[in-house]
Amino acid sequence: MTDIAPFKMHNANMTLKERLMHISWCYIFLIFLVVSAGFVVLYAAANGNWSQWAGKQFSRFWLGLAVVFIVAVTDLRFWLKYAYLFYIIAVVMLFVVEFFGHGAMGAQRWLNLGIIRVQPSELMKIALILALARYFHGSSQQEIGCISYMIIPAFMVLLPVVLVLKQPDLGTAVLMGAASLSLFFLVGVQMWKFAALGLAGLISIPIGWRFLHDYQKERVFTFLDPERDPLGKGYHILQSKITLGSGGIFGKGFLQGTQSRLNFLPEKHTDFIFTVWAEEFGLIGSVTLLLLYLALIFYGYVIAFRSSSFFGRLLALGLTTNLFLYVFINIAMVMGLLPVVGVPLPMISYGGTVMLTLMFSFGLVECVNVNRDVQIGRRGAYDD
Amino acid sequence: MITRDGDKGKTLTRRAAMLAGGELFLSTVLLGRMYYLQVLEADRYKTLAEENRISTRLLAPPRGLIFDRFGQPMAQNNQNFRVLVISEQTEGNLNATLEALNKILPLTDGEIQRIRKDVRRSRDFTPVTIRENLTWKQMAAIQLNAPDLPGIIIDEGLSRYYPFKEASAHLLGYVGAVSEDEMSSRNPLLKLPGFRVGKSGIELAYNTALCGKEGAQRVEVNAVGRVIREIERDEGVPGTTLPLTIDMRIQNIAYKRMKDESGAAVLLDIYTGEILALVSTPGFDPNKFNRGLTAEEWKEISTNEKNALLNKALGGLYSPGSTFKMIVALAALEAGVIRPDTKIFCGGHTMMGNHRFHCWKPNGHGNVDLKEALMHSCDIYFYEVARRTGIDKIAAMAKRFGLGMPTGLDLPGEKAGLMPTRRWKEVILGEQWLQGDTYNAGIGQGYILATPIQLAVMTAILANDGYKIKPTILVPENRDASVCQGEYLNLSKAHLQLMREGMFAVVNNSEGTGKAARVNVGGKLIAGKTGTTQVKRISMKEREQGLRSQDDIPWEERNHALFVCFGPTENPRYALSVVIEHGGGGAKTAAPIARSIMEAALKLDPASNPPQNVKKNPAVRSI
Repeated sequence: MTDIAPFKMHNANMTLKERLMHISWCYIFLIFLVVSAGFVVLYAAANGNWSQWAGKQFSRFWLGLAVVFIVAVTDLRFWLKYAYLFYIIAVVMLFVVEFFGHGAMGAQRWLNLGIIRVQPSELMKIALILALARYFHGSSQQEIGCISYMIIPAFMVLLPVVLVLKQPDLGTAVLMGAASLSLFFLVGVQMWKFAALGLAGLISIPIGWRFLHDYQKERVFTFLDPERDPLGKGYHILQSKITLGSGGIFGKGFLQGTQSRLNFLPEKHTDFIFTVWAEEFGLIGSVTLLLLYLALIFYGYVIAFRSSSFFGRLLALGLTTNLFLYVFINIAMVMGLLPVVGVPLPMISYGGTVMLTLMFSFGLVECVNVNRDVQIGRRGAYDD
Repeated sequence: MITRDGDKGKTLTRRAAMLAGGELFLSTVLLGRMYYLQVLEADRYKTLAEENRISTRLLAPPRGLIFDRFGQPMAQNNQNFRVLVISEQTEGNLNATLEALNKILPLTDGEIQRIRKDVRRSRDFTPVTIRENLTWKQMAAIQLNAPDLPGIIIDEGLSRYYPFKEASAHLLGYVGAVSEDEMSSRNPLLKLPGFRVGKSGIELAYNTALCGKEGAQRVEVNAVGRVIREIERDEGVPGTTLPLTIDMRIQNIAYKRMKDESGAAVLLDIYTGEILALVSTPGFDPNKFNRGLTAEEWKEISTNEKNALLNKALGGLYSPGSTFKMIVALAALEAGVIRPDTKIFCGGHTMMGNHRFHCWKPNGHGNVDLKEALMHSCDIYFYEVARRTGIDKIAAMAKRFGLGMPTGLDLPGEKAGLMPTRRWKEVILGEQWLQGDTYNAGIGQGYILATPIQLAVMTAILANDGYKIKPTILVPENRDASVCQGEYLNLSKAHLQLMREGMFAVVNNSEGTGKAARVNVGGKLIAGKTGTTQVKRISMKEREQGLRSQDDIPWEERNHALFVCFGPTENPRYALSVVIEHGGGGAKTAAPIARSIMEAALKLDPASNPPQNVKKNPAVRSI
């Protein structure tokens, strides 16, 4: 059986100018709004000091913006073609970090590449979505319904998740797992399989519990009852809730947040940055920020559905879901709805690799947007 | 194939819509949580944030000062210089700073070890004490070298100081660190490190007023407790200044005169009850208690045979001896069993059944009337008078004079003493009252016990014509010295006059037992009564062998010496009691001491100079 010859891709060979014309500036603007909120709150978290965090984040943003544009104007088929290679590189880096990585906060996450230090686990998030998108792009409806067809993608997910858990980085593992599951869900894996997986998961909780580090177990305990040790393990989440709640409806005002100014907030510039924002700008501020994120996610859906290729749609949806998971897990965590698992607030929490990889993922979404009319056959771009 | 791919696309669209729906639902959960935390629970979290931010620190107010009646400070707060180190300011080199300090203020190895330990234990910005109680010179030397001593600061605190040391020790008491028991009190000041509370005497009795009311400093602190800024400061109310009725000049004279003895003296204003001197010896240095006693010092004070810690003026119990004879005489006169001119023969001893009761004078006084009996302190006379009067009438008279019950002075450690009655002996000892007990009571011995302050009050009542005054140590608010402030006892003025005449003779008659107390300050004389009480029963054998001189027997077996007196004899104003434990005899030991004290009182005449500071402290009375 021969494949049908690919459709004539009327804009497969767009000029650079044409590609730039196709970039969604609205999407870029939404990103810019969120990142700007990040500069404001990082400035506030440093008690009105620009250079401590906000300035560095600012320069990273411009670097990230360059990444967005560079990735946006690439041919989507390039990413399809090299998705697996990208995945393999990321896995290798994860292995390397396991043996040569730099530890921070009791976890080995960093890889020193001379000039810059990167977190391979961050790259892995995108590589995994790319690889899965590629895998499912080439699959048929029947194949997806077949359980044996799921063995390879399941392994593709489990390998990095286990490596990341070993670091240990529960937050990234949860994010990768959840984003992958959403991809399986999107391509149409039957509901009963998820139900079965859920059941299996429930059964394996007691077993998995033994493999958790003590600090991870503590976090779960603390989540279940944060006030059992208000000055010890429960301190973070309690102070986090105090910070948020004391902001009230209108907030304490810019640079007026006592909780952040007097350092009652732990990790205030990274995982708990949302509370600084909420303390100073109140409910109005926190709802506004959440709506900004939702607008960005909504726009991701719009781009996905404008894309005429399955790969493009799946990639945009996967990356958008990844963004949603970041936002949801972080905010739910600081509000005491989820255990503290160490997930940053995207584009706002201070941190270079996360910023750059997120910008990279936005670049890919833009790339899907730019290449929205490019149709790609099941075998990929270059088999025509 | 196309249709299949089309199906795949449709599935994706459907599932994406479901996923979006799920995400929307989760976002609603987030919004709901935001509303819950930032609107519904906002007030609670605002309070918690404030509690985080604001730290209230107690400020100890200065302890109230204590003055004598003329404004002479008796207890004051001295500056106490402490040297501290703040490790974060030592430019990262604590050792170098300590070494530099060592050249100015030599530190022992133990001190350096302790400082290092304290520095390790505390936050970088917390001052750690290096040494307290610096001399002015040491302090100045450190200040001068401040540029070479980064992180070293001098801190100024207050420590209690008693300038008269031993002379006022029992009266004022002392302050010390808060004990476990005292901790349970609600006063938050007690939890302050280094806070001192009154442990005895005035310091204990008026501790609440002297402590004052705590101040508070509200500061903004960060998460590690570093003070960012002060929000408000309430200095609190300093401790109340206490003006005492004491004349420190007389107190000092009395103390110096008695300091080698073990005894007590109380000098009263007979009209107001104001205590002008209250001395107990031997004294101790209360400043050492504040500083903290060394083990040797504590051992020396607590095992002293002269019981230095007891305030004997209030808590020492003594048989009043012959100083009680006026009470016996008044009871007898009132009962009508004798008249002033009733004469009784003294042959040196008298028989009661098989028992022989001796007079202090083995050969006896011959025929004596009441006044002569007082002057000679004839025991035989009073045995007989007591027999005629009966113990219950004597006890009733004694109680009118305040014996057998606390005087009501609000100082700790006052004893009630004991005035026995028939009923008392039956109920408490379960024995019948014997005639011999009455004989003993007649000369103020046996079961009778009194404190020096009771004896002073008793003497004051004799002198002020029968008004039972209540001794006071604080200058009362509306002091009116022109009116006698006692309760009228309805005693016969003639009888009291007779007692005073008898007491006049004791001191001023050439045959009187209290000649050693004779004073003449510009024509002002005193009247008094000696008392000598046996500590050890004299056995028949000893009496036959001839009585040994008191100087020849061990100190603790010698007789207690007492003397009570008042003066001036015309228009009396002062009453004094002196008790010297194992002093040998009232005439020999107590009378000369009483003489010195009364002489000072008559010369200085503090009662006719109204005390100062009277109006300053209305709060004192409300304690």
